[in-house]
Amino acid sequence: MHVVYPAVVSALLFSIGVYGVLARRNTILVLMSVELMLNAVNLNLVAFDVWLRDRLHGGQVLTLFVIVIAAAEVGLGLAIILALYRNRRTVDLDRLRSLAEPATATLPTSADSSHAGSAPTATTPAALPPDEAASSPGTEPALAPAGPALTSTGSAHTPSRPARTPAEPSIPPRPRPRAGSPDSAEGRRTDAGPGEAP
Amino acid sequence: MTEAPSYLSPSGQEIVFLLLGAVAVGSALLVVTTRQLVHAALWLVVCFGALAGCYLVLTAEFVAWVQVLIYVGAIVVLLLFGIMLTRAPIGRTADLDSPNRPTAAIVAIATAAVLVTVVVDGFRMAYVPLEPGGGSARELGSSIFRNWVLPFEALSVLLLAALIGAIVLSRTDIRGRD
Repeated sequence: MHVVYPAVVSALLFSIGVYGVLARRNTILVLMSVELMLNAVNLNLVAFDVWLRDRLHGGQVLTLFVIVIAAAEVGLGLAIILALYRNRRTVDLDRLRSLAEPATATLPTSADSSHAGSAPTATTPAALPPDEAASSPGTEPALAPAGPALTSTGSAHTPSRPARTPAEPSIPPRPRPRAGSPDSAEGRRTDAGPGEAP
Repeated sequence: MTEAPSYLSPSGQEIVFLLLGAVAVGSALLVVTTRQLVHAALWLVVCFGALAGCYLVLTAEFVAWVQVLIYVGAIVVLLLFGIMLTRAPIGRTADLDSPNRPTAAIVAIATAAVLVTVVVDGFRMAYVPLEPGGGSARELGSSIFRNWVLPFEALSVLLLAALIGAIVLSRTDIRGRD
């Protein structure tokens, strides 16, 4: 058999996995795409092991190891997704923005509305001044189309922006699921709090 | 690494492999483009099954059966459980794709073009006559337990750690819901 055939099939599978990771919003679908990429690697390993006639069977043994690691990865990934769903009531990747940089994510709206108020009191001076300098000399028309798209997803971030605490933008997404189910959330909050802290 | 025969006269193995590869690639495309979450998991089963067939054609029997057992039997079931536990909508949902889909398509097509070009250019002359028995359980077992014992043991510890981690991560879920 020509080695090109499995190599091309695995290259195509890998590209499809790349597309899935980049284009999907549901976290479980992203995990499936990661599995596709791992399988592309596996096919390559097996094909080259057969081609090179490895006496130690390194390729096929490594394929078995990759399969085991993929199983462990899926187990942990699903546990993380379930913890995420428990806290946020969503597995939508586009809504999970609390780890995003708040200075760059919501800068266009805050720079337009409360430019003078938020700039001196913002406590991320390493990230803010280049962005402020970049947005102030007349780039508001270029940044303005990104404003409505960002306020739709990060609407909870923008009111908390003049509150001048750096940890503030990561807090507002949390009370929403608790407010949705307050009776069971209070009991969950006490035991989930120390677990989330590290 | 003998002299390669022509691409225009494919052998039976190559035809079977190409058909299985086409099934794998097509079902993988459906996995990343379908609008129904459960269908994506089921197409993943088809993709993994076709890949197991590819391994069988490549004389890697043991890997093929491990693929069927672990991927189709365990991982897809785990993914289906994840779909169920996150209360995903069963039917057709419109918001499975993120708005940066054209960018993702461009990146994926560029990746595919680069990889296929490089691979075809690099391995055009490579040819392997398939001989059965190279990937049997006997061969692989003796290889693992003679030469790869330390990675095997380390991997078992890793798997144990991952299982304990998964249990710890998801145990508060059980307590919180009841």
